[in-house]
Amino acid sequence: MPGKLKAKIVAGRHLPVMDRASDLTDAFVEVKFGNTTFKTDVYPKSLNPQWNSEWFKFEVDDEDLQDEPLQITVLDHDTYSANDAIGKVYIDIDPLLCSEAATVISGWLPIYDTIHGIRGEINVLVKVDLFNDLNRFRQSSCGVKFFCTTSIPRCYRAIMVHGFVEELVVNEDPEYQWIDRIRTPRASNEARQRLIFLMSGELQRKIGLKVLEMGGNAVVGYLQCFDLEGESGLVVRAIGTACTLEKISSTLPATATHPSNSSPSKDMKEPGFGEEAPGVPLSSGPPTPLRAQTFSSFSPSKSYSRQSSSSDTELSLTPKTVGIFLFPSTPALESESSPLPSAHLPHHLWPGMASRSTTPPPLRLSQSDTAILRKSVSFSEELLLAASGMGSGGSAGKEGGPLKALLRQQTQSALEQREYPFFTLAAFPPGFLLHVGGVVSARSVKLLDRIHNPALGNTRSYKLLDWNSFTADEPETRDAWWEEIRQEIKSHAKALGCHAVVGYSESTSICEEVCILSASGTAAILSSRFMQDGPLDTEHRLSRQPLCVFSTGSERVEGDMGSSASLGFEEVVSPGCGFCHIPYDELNIPFPAQLTYCYCCRRYKVPDVLFTTIDLPTEANVTGKGCLIQARLCRTKKKAQGEGNATVISNLLPFLEYELHTQLMNKLKLRGMNALFGLRIQISVGETMLLGLASATGVYLTALPSPGGIQIAGKTPSDITYEQHISNMQKKINDTIAKNKELYEINPPEVVEEIIGSPIPEPRQRSRLFRSQSESSDEVSELDLSHGKKDAFVLEIDDTDAVEDIHALLTDSPTPAGFYSCNTEIMPGIQNWTSAIQMFTSVRVFRLNANLTNQGLNKIFSDLCENLLKSLYFKLRSMVPCCLCHLNFTVAIPEDELIQVAVTAVAMSFDKEQLLENGKQSGEKTLIKAITENDEQLQFNLELNAETSAPNPLSSPKGLSEVGSHLSARASSVDYSSFADRCSSWIEQLKLKAHTIRRGSVKTTSSMEKASPLPEGRSRSLRSNRSYSGSSVAVVKMTPLSFIPGAKIIKYLGIINMFFIRETTSLREEGGVSGFLHTFIAEVFAMVRAHVAALGGNAVVSYSMKECVFMENPNKNQAQCLINVSGDAVMFVRESELESTSVQTQSATTHTSNGAEGT
Amino acid sequence: MSVELDVFVGNTTIMDKEVYQLWLNGYTVNDAVKVRIEGGVMEECEASAEVLLSDTMDQYRTFQMCERLLHHPAKLANQLLFQIPPDRQAMLIERYYAFDDSFVREVLGKKLSKGTKKDLDDVSTKTGITLKSCRRQFDNFKRVFKVVEELKGPLVENIRQHFLLPDQLARDYAAIVFFANNRFETGKKKLHYLTFQDFAFCAGQLINNWTLGAVDNIMEDMDVDLDKEFLQELKDLKILITDKDLLDQHKSLVCTALRGKTNVFNEMEANFKNLSRGLVNIAAKLINAKDVRDFFIDLVEKFIEPCRSDKWTSIDVNLYLTHYTNSVHILDTFKHHAVWTRYMGVIKSCILRMYHD
Repeated sequence: MPGKLKAKIVAGRHLPVMDRASDLTDAFVEVKFGNTTFKTDVYPKSLNPQWNSEWFKFEVDDEDLQDEPLQITVLDHDTYSANDAIGKVYIDIDPLLCSEAATVISGWLPIYDTIHGIRGEINVLVKVDLFNDLNRFRQSSCGVKFFCTTSIPRCYRAIMVHGFVEELVVNEDPEYQWIDRIRTPRASNEARQRLIFLMSGELQRKIGLKVLEMGGNAVVGYLQCFDLEGESGLVVRAIGTACTLEKISSTLPATATHPSNSSPSKDMKEPGFGEEAPGVPLSSGPPTPLRAQTFSSFSPSKSYSRQSSSSDTELSLTPKTVGIFLFPSTPALESESSPLPSAHLPHHLWPGMASRSTTPPPLRLSQSDTAILRKSVSFSEELLLAASGMGSGGSAGKEGGPLKALLRQQTQSALEQREYPFFTLAAFPPGFLLHVGGVVSARSVKLLDRIHNPALGNTRSYKLLDWNSFTADEPETRDAWWEEIRQEIKSHAKALGCHAVVGYSESTSICEEVCILSASGTAAILSSRFMQDGPLDTEHRLSRQPLCVFSTGSERVEGDMGSSASLGFEEVVSPGCGFCHIPYDELNIPFPAQLTYCYCCRRYKVPDVLFTTIDLPTEANVTGKGCLIQARLCRTKKKAQGEGNATVISNLLPFLEYELHTQLMNKLKLRGMNALFGLRIQISVGETMLLGLASATGVYLTALPSPGGIQIAGKTPSDITYEQHISNMQKKINDTIAKNKELYEINPPEVVEEIIGSPIPEPRQRSRLFRSQSESSDEVSELDLSHGKKDAFVLEIDDTDAVEDIHALLTDSPTPAGFYSCNTEIMPGIQNWTSAIQMFTSVRVFRLNANLTNQGLNKIFSDLCENLLKSLYFKLRSMVPCCLCHLNFTVAIPEDELIQVAVTAVAMSFDKEQLLENGKQSGEKTLIKAITENDEQLQFNLELNAETSAPNPLSSPKGLSEVGSHLSARASSVDYSSFADRCSSWIEQLKLKAHTIRRGSVKTTSSMEKASPLPEGRSRSLRSNRSYSGSSVAVVKMTPLSFIPGAKIIKYLGIINMFFIRETTSLREEGGVSGFLHTFIAEVFAMVRAHVAALGGNAVVSYSMKECVFMENPNKNQAQCLINVSGDAVMFVRESELESTSVQTQSATTHTSNGAEGT
Repeated sequence: MSVELDVFVGNTTIMDKEVYQLWLNGYTVNDAVKVRIEGGVMEECEASAEVLLSDTMDQYRTFQMCERLLHHPAKLANQLLFQIPPDRQAMLIERYYAFDDSFVREVLGKKLSKGTKKDLDDVSTKTGITLKSCRRQFDNFKRVFKVVEELKGPLVENIRQHFLLPDQLARDYAAIVFFANNRFETGKKKLHYLTFQDFAFCAGQLINNWTLGAVDNIMEDMDVDLDKEFLQELKDLKILITDKDLLDQHKSLVCTALRGKTNVFNEMEANFKNLSRGLVNIAAKLINAKDVRDFFIDLVEKFIEPCRSDKWTSIDVNLYLTHYTNSVHILDTFKHHAVWTRYMGVIKSCILRMYHD
């Protein structure tokens, strides 16, 4: 009994009238945990009952504490008939199990009913007394912290990043149980809600166990998803990054070495992290089966996308995909093929990879059991057979038994190895991310098992008719599916010469029995230096090394990695461009790409375009501002069933992805930009169509070459009007590019090119796809000097597709004045946010006419997204100047001919002054800013020194190295790169340091007045804060970002993960579908806010709406909706409030800082 | 092809003041969109009519969802569904409870019953205010009335506390409640020239001086009803007109005081007895509920009209009433000074307020 849960029911308010006669309610409460139920007395005849109950105590296992929610049901007492339920409250008590999170849940929580929505509120008090369980074999993982945030949480620093954790649990969906035929939808939805609460609790516990196994204490970037597979069940799966985190606290001497992150709004990263030793992300795994089936590595290659000009050679990629997409349609075969750790294709197909690979592949091969090897080879033959002759899976069925065992065995071994060098993090401490290769993604089409299909059932390795066996096997099948995809991703990353995948995420799209599994991430090389010489205290280091996931192989591998890193990349010149340098071997480029020397440091090669799924690193050198770029695509598909359907989809997928990619590339160029961050491609499948939506934030990375223009080439030059048409279009495009460059303030320093000459390698690969760009290059060069030199991007309009593409390009309307938009955490070029933020969710469902062509569909879908954006801009016009950050689009096809688009984002205002000034001053501004930050930073640092009294081994030498040689001292440069937020060049950094040193002892008063744009914002925030205080309901801010501008997060109170279903049988009366959903979303917000407030928080960060499944039946006047939201509950304080308290400490610090400077 | 569903929900509920007003005025969504387009929002924000329609629909939905809460404004502050900044909340409430003077003139003093509500379409055609808006205003009156009817303590304060209204609006509502409760006749043609604010002022005077709450601060009773005891005592004032001596004395005192000070002295002198009789009779009859209803008609018929036909200026009226009131205290045989002061104070300020074209 290692835990005692205590709950007290205080009072209720705003209860609904349950007794029509008296217009009152006789309410009482049932408190249930596990199988124990307590009841309060009936409080007669009141809508605002005061129960003030005793403490209900539950003595339970901590395992249950993690799995089960506390279930509170409010009922109306009825003497003669059954008591009527008013509604329920589910309380996740997980936050109470962690010592650093919340200690008590106390407050007004909305009473929720699936039919009536919120029906009043209940005031409860919940506490947990936890006795520590040190049993090695325990099944609980209390105390492991969970964060949705995809960066190191604000008030923590990472001691160790262990790596990828994943888990999934499967259950029968209550809606599809036999009992559902006799019970009410309400009861069924209740059961569903409860089940999902339970399952996510269990999942979290299991992930927690894995984290503990790895030696970590937290999961960052926790991403939990539901797959409502219908009759085949309900899957809850989660991925995350295991870390060892330590709380940064100014009172703890232990943290003295770490300059605390005192200004979260400006500084995205945790500077302290740089000193620590995260794991070396070594890919010591075996060579992965290299099936090209779902290969869709979004490499930064120009020519890949140039296929638009009717190339044939490059298309060889796609047929490969088509061929092998076939076999996933037979589930039995699928499971066989999935987790084969031994290669069934010789890895030397990829010479580039072999040379890069850190683990000698032959070694691995010899290790693997020969029998397995043989077997696997034979499987692959079978697979090929199956692939060629569709549906000939009979032979595979016979082998069901042994295969299953094999599968188990392999799954197990895979579990033990745990070798995915994946990170769900999207933002990293400076210096952690060394190089970025490009986006890697994998998709696979699976057929969900159907219980009532005996024909298919025969080929299975198990019978689904027996539910028990089903539940036993199911997770393994799903695990295997994901395993396969992950292997794929890993091999793609390797092909890009990278040993890790960052910004990793997984998703599914389900339509009937077909399921598309997708995974994507960014191939990257992470710093090993953090492992080697990061920590200065050896004690820590010793304890850490064995825990490191990536060093599971051997010391040798580690050393190997370390040296290779130090050879190539360690003395990277500027952190502002280092991550752009190619990680792969120039001579063995895995895909055709154009390389040039880095425009920042001129020493390393960079690609011409860079696509990533991560956030823009704060230290990156960016020219101008960024903007949201979306590629939207809609493709019709024939209606089909089962395997046929899966085949059709598999065939369509590569084309879809390819076209999305082309669109992205075109739009990027149209904006004069050269890199995409936060790329998220969503493919949604419906009965008769496929939807693809790619969103990313485009920026101009200073290190990358200026993108060429877009040239249009006609096919039939004979026609004069046609020529004219083309030149008109060309002109339009050129005008748009010029306009966009102005709009986004993209004016890269041209001089660099002239002075340094051209280190660009001469034998540049000119793609054969190019038509001459000479005809129009004259007028182009007027617009942009760099145009002539760069290879332009050619669009040939010989078919309707291209015309459509061009139209699509030009119909994207620019954001209205005063607005910026991005789907990443922050917008480059905007820093001084005010505290005004507005999070919102917008949902639209569009009904299509039947018989639309692809083109028509595309236009409609594109317009739908554009109009939605326009509406958002209009709605939020009062916040101008503002930026819509983290614009997260989710598309779905809820029914035939329906498209649903849901957007969640946050609008953040910023101060205008900065906007008025343009590019040139921004450096200066950042400099000032950086100095102020540096001051704060320095003082904080030293202040802590003073407290610890022991001379800090780290900070003082650091100071020295700064003054002396900044080029060699990588450590210091890493540190400062974060302070000098967006310092645009190395020279400026130099200046900055000089400033810092000189000003180190001066005092902060000056620094405070220099940070001119802030005080206004702060005072505003203060005002709003004060005005709020009058209200009796605490204000809870919500944001999809990991920070709150102008505020410092001082405590993480736990993860919020809520799941609600709402149904109605009186749709018209509730204002139709819009009215129904509007109310429901508002209710979900309200419940999230209430639970956060009850935990003692005043904000939710990293909020996201993961699921919004809406179904309607207007004929029956019914509708149902299911929403899943998550986020991190936090407590923040305004920086303005912090200042007053820090003044004293600051003055105390000045003294010490003088001393420190002397060293 | 159509947008089937279109919602926007902000963590902080976004409400456009302009659209709110249009909603309150009872415009349909389409009409509201037209008004907005004419207002030029589109050019300002580079929006299309489609965007405007979507926004208007959304706002209308939000307001409809909020309406339930606005019926109990105190709930708005501690509800959890909408996160609305307090200043916004105050705006919502104030505007929701705001009313059109032309509308309130139509129902002022009427019983706030279903019957009256049925006649609202007539009111709507007459005033040009949409039926929807009329209903809202009527329901507001009724709701406030029902809540404060049974409450003890000062009327204005009760309204302000229960409905979180700003002071002026709370006073106006107090007047409406007071009028509805005492069923003062305000619809007669002779009273048409009076504005709601005139009546509201008078109601304020009556509430402050003639109700039970006005004299003792016991808070036991409410402000809605007139002080019965006082009304009873008013009968005693009859002596001023029934006693011939007193009447003559009173007249001579007033005349002496006013001689040479006014241009309408002769008319005043000639009419004194009539006017005095009129005012005292009003006082004496107030004990009857029916006569209370005719209070304002009587004031106009018995005093204001005669004065107006003699072309008195309001300065004349003021002068006359001042001396008329004060002279009584010099009369030796008159004993009811307190009642007289209480009565005449209100009468004087009411008449002065009502004495205009």
